[in-house]
Amino acid sequence: MELLEWTALELSAKIKTGEIKARDAVLAALERIEAGEGIYHCYITVDAEGALRRAEEVQRRMDGGELSGPLSGVPVAVKDNICTEGLLTTCASKMLGNFVPAYSAEAVRRLEEAGAVILGKTNMDEFAMGSTTETSAYGETRNPWDIGRVPGGSSGGSAAAVAAEECFLALGSDTGGSIRQPAAFCGVVGIKPTYGTVSRYGLVAYGSSLDQIGPIGRNVSDCAAMLEVITSYDKKDSTSINREDTDFTAALTDDVEGMRIGLPKDYMGDGLDREVREAVLEAANVLAGRGALVEEFDLGLAEYAIPAYYTIASAEASSNLERFDGVKYGYRAAEYEGLHSMYKRSRSEGFGPEVKRRIMLGSFVLSSGYYDAYYLKALKVKALIKKAFDEAFAKYDLILGPAAPTTAPVLGESLADPLQMYLGDIYTVSANLAGLPGISIPCGKNSEGLPIGLQMMGDCFQEKKMIRAAYAYEKARGTFGRPTLASGTDGAGRGVCAEGEGGKKSGKTI
Amino acid sequence: MENRINDEMIEHIGILAKLELSAKEREQAKEDMGKMLGYIDKMEELDTSGIEPLSHAFGIRNVFREDEEANGNMREDVLKNAPEEKDGMFLVPRTFEG
Repeated sequence: MELLEWTALELSAKIKTGEIKARDAVLAALERIEAGEGIYHCYITVDAEGALRRAEEVQRRMDGGELSGPLSGVPVAVKDNICTEGLLTTCASKMLGNFVPAYSAEAVRRLEEAGAVILGKTNMDEFAMGSTTETSAYGETRNPWDIGRVPGGSSGGSAAAVAAEECFLALGSDTGGSIRQPAAFCGVVGIKPTYGTVSRYGLVAYGSSLDQIGPIGRNVSDCAAMLEVITSYDKKDSTSINREDTDFTAALTDDVEGMRIGLPKDYMGDGLDREVREAVLEAANVLAGRGALVEEFDLGLAEYAIPAYYTIASAEASSNLERFDGVKYGYRAAEYEGLHSMYKRSRSEGFGPEVKRRIMLGSFVLSSGYYDAYYLKALKVKALIKKAFDEAFAKYDLILGPAAPTTAPVLGESLADPLQMYLGDIYTVSANLAGLPGISIPCGKNSEGLPIGLQMMGDCFQEKKMIRAAYAYEKARGTFGRPTLASGTDGAGRGVCAEGEGGKKSGKTI
Repeated sequence: MENRINDEMIEHIGILAKLELSAKEREQAKEDMGKMLGYIDKMEELDTSGIEPLSHAFGIRNVFREDEEANGNMREDVLKNAPEEKDGMFLVPRTFEG
């Protein structure tokens, strides 16, 4: 299975030189999926037939010289809240158990244009609400480093699929850490771009002012290449930004000499696991050893980020998820009395507990009499947080810290206490509130062998600085290693997504 | 502050959220929301007087475009996802008697 250990860029280069065929890469990934999915359950839908057909087409275009980009022929996975034309897109919810989009998301369209081959759709927390991938209506995903643990979330399927070598690269989405935290837990790299960098067209909306699509991959170079491909100015997304200087792969240089890096004391104190703290400090030392100027500072307001985030995200979710009413698409209850009862029953039966919890909280904070005290207050706190970051970036090129306070929790431990689970997002939500880019990169393992994630945040539009530092760190760190992969089945027969699939054109579900 | 979420409030939220909750779900919702709001109340510690609420991180402005059809007629494709359809339209339960 040596082929599967190559990075996406190595793979594409080898297809270009004719060493292997695009079809071989897809076949190898499908074989790995076949072997691993009984245990890991990274995917909700695998489109074997479509991927093989597409690989042949890509090969022809590569042979003909039409396609030559760095992702040509690379098998990739797409999070199941990103629309793929003709391929089931469930958001890991019963609500969209039979939804087959009539169009592809802009990021997907750009990936396909660049010659990437979509293998399937990855598992996630329902509507991206959760930090463990356990709120999925289609069963949990297991962490390839320890199958008794969660992969993180909400892009847990994407991160686990990359770690389990069931794809070379994956798309995730990040509203409060949903790319960076699972990347940290699964020992892979994930980038959340500056808000407005990647079009949200075709991304099923959760918190529209916070959502961004981004790459998850084996290393910084693969992620930079994918980010470069999916970055675009798109008129179909009114928050899309026409950026310059988006050749992110040009920033893959091993040079942090003179770079000013701030380490917030607020991120290194109470609540941070000792081994995670040590690994992050060690990484800071590595960067300092390469010539970066690293110092501790007070960022401030860190403890207010979670309250502001959950107020804003839930408010936006309650509004965005109103569209699921059993009329135009998705689940409709079998029994109801009249239109209003149809809405209520369809929503009550179609949404899971975490989604309902956030819709209710959001409805409350937006309701008459509470709007000022909660929603408006949160927007003011957001303004203060943004100001704190502006001040920090006046002094520093980058902010360094942990991606999450702990390593991956044991399966089944997190959902019992939602508030406790929300607190795990403490280091990641601020980047979403302030619109900043963030990257998570593996920086060590704890005594149990579980990956630890280092987070770097840059100022708005400063992905290149972040990618440069991450690349330099990765070079200095050396090979991170791979989990020992299992195959077979756990015997639980999990992960069947059969809800109302009949007759629709969709992939094979496993 | 937790008693703010009483039965009456849950009823009201159920209407706003268009959710029908079982007795068990209502009790759970009361507890969960009470706890969460108790935590969110932390924001009150911050003095935000004179601070403008920030809805978009970069304060970008409205984006306008010409109202031109760009994606053609997708009626058939769109209706494929409808729970029920009739004569090229979404079918909903009867809303008026008469």
